[in-house]
Formats: sequence, structure tokens, C-alpha cells
Amino acid sequence: MSFRYEIRLSGEGGQGLVLAGKILAEAAAIYDNLNATQSQSYGPEARGGASRSEVILSDEDIDYPKAVHIDLLLALTQESCDRYAADLKSNGILLVDQDAVLTTPEGSFKVYRVPIIQMARDRVGRALVANIVALGLIAGIAKIVSEKALRQAIEARVPKGTEELNLKAFAVGLEHAKTLV
Amino acid sequence: MSNASQQRVRVLTGNEACAEGALAAGMRFYAGYPITPSSEIAEVLAEQLPRYGGVFIQMEDEIASMGAIIGASLAGSKAMTATSGPGFSLMQENIGYAAMAEVPCVIVNVMRGGPSTGLPTLPSQGDIMQARWGTHGDHPIIALTPFSVAETFSLTVRAFNLAEQYRTPVILLLDEILGHVNEKVELPKDGEIALVNRTLPHDPPERYLPYRHTESGVPPMVSFGQGYRYHVTGLAHDESGFPTNRASEIEKLLDRLHRKIEQNRDHIVEVEAYEMEDAEIGLISFGSSARASRHAVRLAREAGKKAGLLRIKTLWPFPDQEIQAYGDRVKKWIVAEMNRGQLAHEVEWALCGRAPIHRVTVYNGDPISPLTILNRINQLD
Repeated sequence: MSFRYEIRLSGEGGQGLVLAGKILAEAAAIYDNLNATQSQSYGPEARGGASRSEVILSDEDIDYPKAVHIDLLLALTQESCDRYAADLKSNGILLVDQDAVLTTPEGSFKVYRVPIIQMARDRVGRALVANIVALGLIAGIAKIVSEKALRQAIEARVPKGTEELNLKAFAVGLEHAKTLV
Repeated sequence: MSNASQQRVRVLTGNEACAEGALAAGMRFYAGYPITPSSEIAEVLAEQLPRYGGVFIQMEDEIASMGAIIGASLAGSKAMTATSGPGFSLMQENIGYAAMAEVPCVIVNVMRGGPSTGLPTLPSQGDIMQARWGTHGDHPIIALTPFSVAETFSLTVRAFNLAEQYRTPVILLLDEILGHVNEKVELPKDGEIALVNRTLPHDPPERYLPYRHTESGVPPMVSFGQGYRYHVTGLAHDESGFPTNRASEIEKLLDRLHRKIEQNRDHIVEVEAYEMEDAEIGLISFGSSARASRHAVRLAREAGKKAGLLRIKTLWPFPDQEIQAYGDRVKKWIVAEMNRGQLAHEVEWALCGRAPIHRVTVYNGDPISPLTILNRINQLD
């Protein structure tokens, strides 16, 4: 049976969501031999305001490269959670930063509240890598892209010299996910 | 998977794939003026072209960019430029010059919302008619329109091949969604790509006629600097290339310009039929709207509806015969496009009232959703 899995990474401009989406797509497409597309909201609204990056994964050709019914939504700000949760599937997954997102919408989807940004700051040492901590969480919760592929994609894509920092961020997210599911 | 094949499997945007395709096609001269949402094509080529021994020039505007690629092509280079709506408008005069002087070149237009400066960061497909009739006068044109990152690579190569084969400007129409979406693509190995180069003359310089009325309609072409001298003009000209007002020469020239494209339309025109074998509701679309259309067809088929998609890869010359071939079986057509109905109008013309044509038109900066198209299918069923 073929599958189509839709992920929307949302927050505000500067949180590295486009990079995280690209890493997720490359992990799936290059290292896990799936099909993948990644797109982003693009334009002035992406700086500061609500920003989003979408990844579609499938084991067959991907017709429409943007999200229609979301399987997993990551929200790192209250605004992005309010704005983007409406497209979430009823059996989907909502992953939020628990310090930034205080209220989550009603729904039958599963909600995970995790101090993502705090974990990046305190356990990895840089709030900047919250995007990669989130990738670790997604890897552990959704299990749609393999841990190995994500590690390979992170190493290949992040700026030279930051590989270790980012792999640590990924490990912190992944480890925490295993306590949740 | 081996390392070598992993390097060919990449995740690229449409704009990046366009630049890669151009390099693979042998393009070695790029002149342009950056404009959203096409700028990444220039960005990649500014970095890559010098490594291939090619030339990248950022010109003062799009008028000059178009002039520069015409000059480079006359000197023997495969040349291209890339732009979006406002820049495409500025290029029109020189696109006509390239058509009249029969200069092979490729113009990429990554469509954004218009008119005027419009919507720089949002998608549109509003330049269908500008691609056909943007420059004045009776002129032939070829316009190709891919729907995926992988196809952007292959149709960019094809755009150069057609330009070289038929000595004509070729327009490649992308849109913002395709330009910026990242997608898996497996790049072909060197040597796997068939390349076409312009035909050189056998005649010595003193007997060379640059605009000879050959049987194919395409005169052999030399590069400037190879010892041949000839005159290039946008004025109506005879076989020698010099201007003429003689009615018989003018008519022969214009007929040949059109004949070289029209008599080869079966080679140039490409469509893709998806689930059309037994379709009763036929969708017609192109570019990123065809992605939404395919998704809608898939959803409709899951619900047991006989829907299919005829996807246009060559917009000009228009695939009228390919659409007419379904005229007896398809009961209803839906044309999906991001403009106010430019393609639907052309489809109506092709079908001459043989079946009703319904429109899904989105022109507010949003992409067309597959669900919007699916609703239309459900309304008709």
C-alpha cells in the first residue's frame, strides 16, 4: 500500500525551518530512497511573522508538492500553531514548543508538548539548533524517515564545523522522543 | 545505493535544475538581470559557468540581457537568459528580433503574479499569451512548460535542442512553485543526454546565403568570426540577409519562418496523457497546476470517477490535434490554470464547441488546491 505523509514545520522566520525541511527531504530522498518534496512560504511575510516549510514524503510519485491534509505539524510559536493547525488530520500529530505555545486547538489529533527551544539552549548549548532538536523529535515520534538517513543528511547539509553540534542536537531530540512514545 | 548514484540523486529546486539542465545542454553564455522568482538560476550560473569556461554577465537590464544573448549566439555560443513577468515584458522587442533574424536562444520565464510588478513572490501562470504574442508581428515561437523538477532539467535541455535545430528563440515557462520547490531528481550521466547543434553550411564564404530558403526551412548557420561575413537585421530581408521591400521576398521569408515550425509541429508538440484511456471527464493543465490536477485525478479515481489528465508540455505550437483526438469520448473538460482563463480560451478554440469546457481559475496568489479541482469534478459527475 502506498503512502503520502505530509509534514509542516512552522514558527517564525530565522528559526531554521526551511533548512530543517530541506534536511528532512534530503534524508528521505537521497538516503532512504523515498520520494520527497519541500516547499516554503516565501516572501516578506517569512521574516519575523509566521513562517512555514512543508515536506511531503511518499514511496511513489508525489503529485501535489504542497500540504493538503497534514500528518504532522511542528509549531514553534503560538501564531504559527493558531494559523496552521486547521489543516491537521484528525489522527495527526501536533508537536509544539511548550514554552512558546500555551494553547493548542481542540481536536482528536495527538499533542506533544516539549520544551524544544529550552532543550536546545540548555542541553546542546545553542538555542539556534532548536530546528535540529525538532528533527530528532520528529524522527522518534513519526518514524517516517530513518535515524541513519537523517544523521547523514544533517552532516551533509549543515555549515562546515557545526556537524558535531547539530548531531548532538539531533540525538537530544531523538532521545527525548523515546520517552514520549 | 552506491556513492556514484547517490551523487546523481539530488534534491534540487526547479530553478537549480534549470541551471543544471542548461549547463548539460552546452549553454556557455548567460546574460540576465536578477528578478524574483527566477534569481536562483542566475545565482547558480554565476558560480558554475566560469568553471565550464563559460561567461556570466549581469546586464544593466533585461533589454540588454536579451541583446547580449543574441550576440553571443551569433558568435556560436548556446546562450540563455532567465527572468520573470516585468523582465519578460522588456525582452519582447529583442525576442522578435531573434525570431526574425533566426538566432537560436533560450528565454526562461519563471512566472509570477501580474500585471506589472504584480506579485513578486507568488505563483501565477498568466504569461501564456505573452509567450505566444508578446512581441509584435506574425512570428512563430516555441514555448515549453515542465511540471516537475526532473522535467525542468530535461525540458531545459530540449529547449536548447529545439532552438538549435530550428534556429529560433525558445521560451521555457516555469512558475514560482516549480522554481522554488525542492524535489528529488536523478540527474542523467554525461553522455546520456542527446544534444543537437545548429547545422553548419557546406558552402564556402563567397557562396554562403545566411537565409537560404532550404527545404527544411532552416538555413545552415555559421558563427561570426569564422571567415564568413553576412548581414543580420530585424528588417525584412532576402536570402543574403540584406533588407528588401520586394513583396515576393517578404512573403517567402515569412512563410518559411512559419513553415520551419509548422511542418515539424509533431516533433515539437508534447503532451502527457494520465488516466485518459477511459476518461469521461478530462482535465487539461500544465506546470504546477498539473500537479494539483494529477492529485485531483487520483482522488477522483479512488472514488470511482472516470477522470483523466491531458498535461501540456509544449504550449506553443498549441497541442490542438492532441486535444481533438479525445473529442468523441471525453464528455466534459475542465481546464485548470493560475490565470483568468488564457488556456481555457485556447482549448475552446481547439474543440470548436464539441464538448463543454469548465474552468478552474485561481489568480489571487494562492496555488490551485487539488481539492478545488476535485470539487469541480464532483459537481460535473
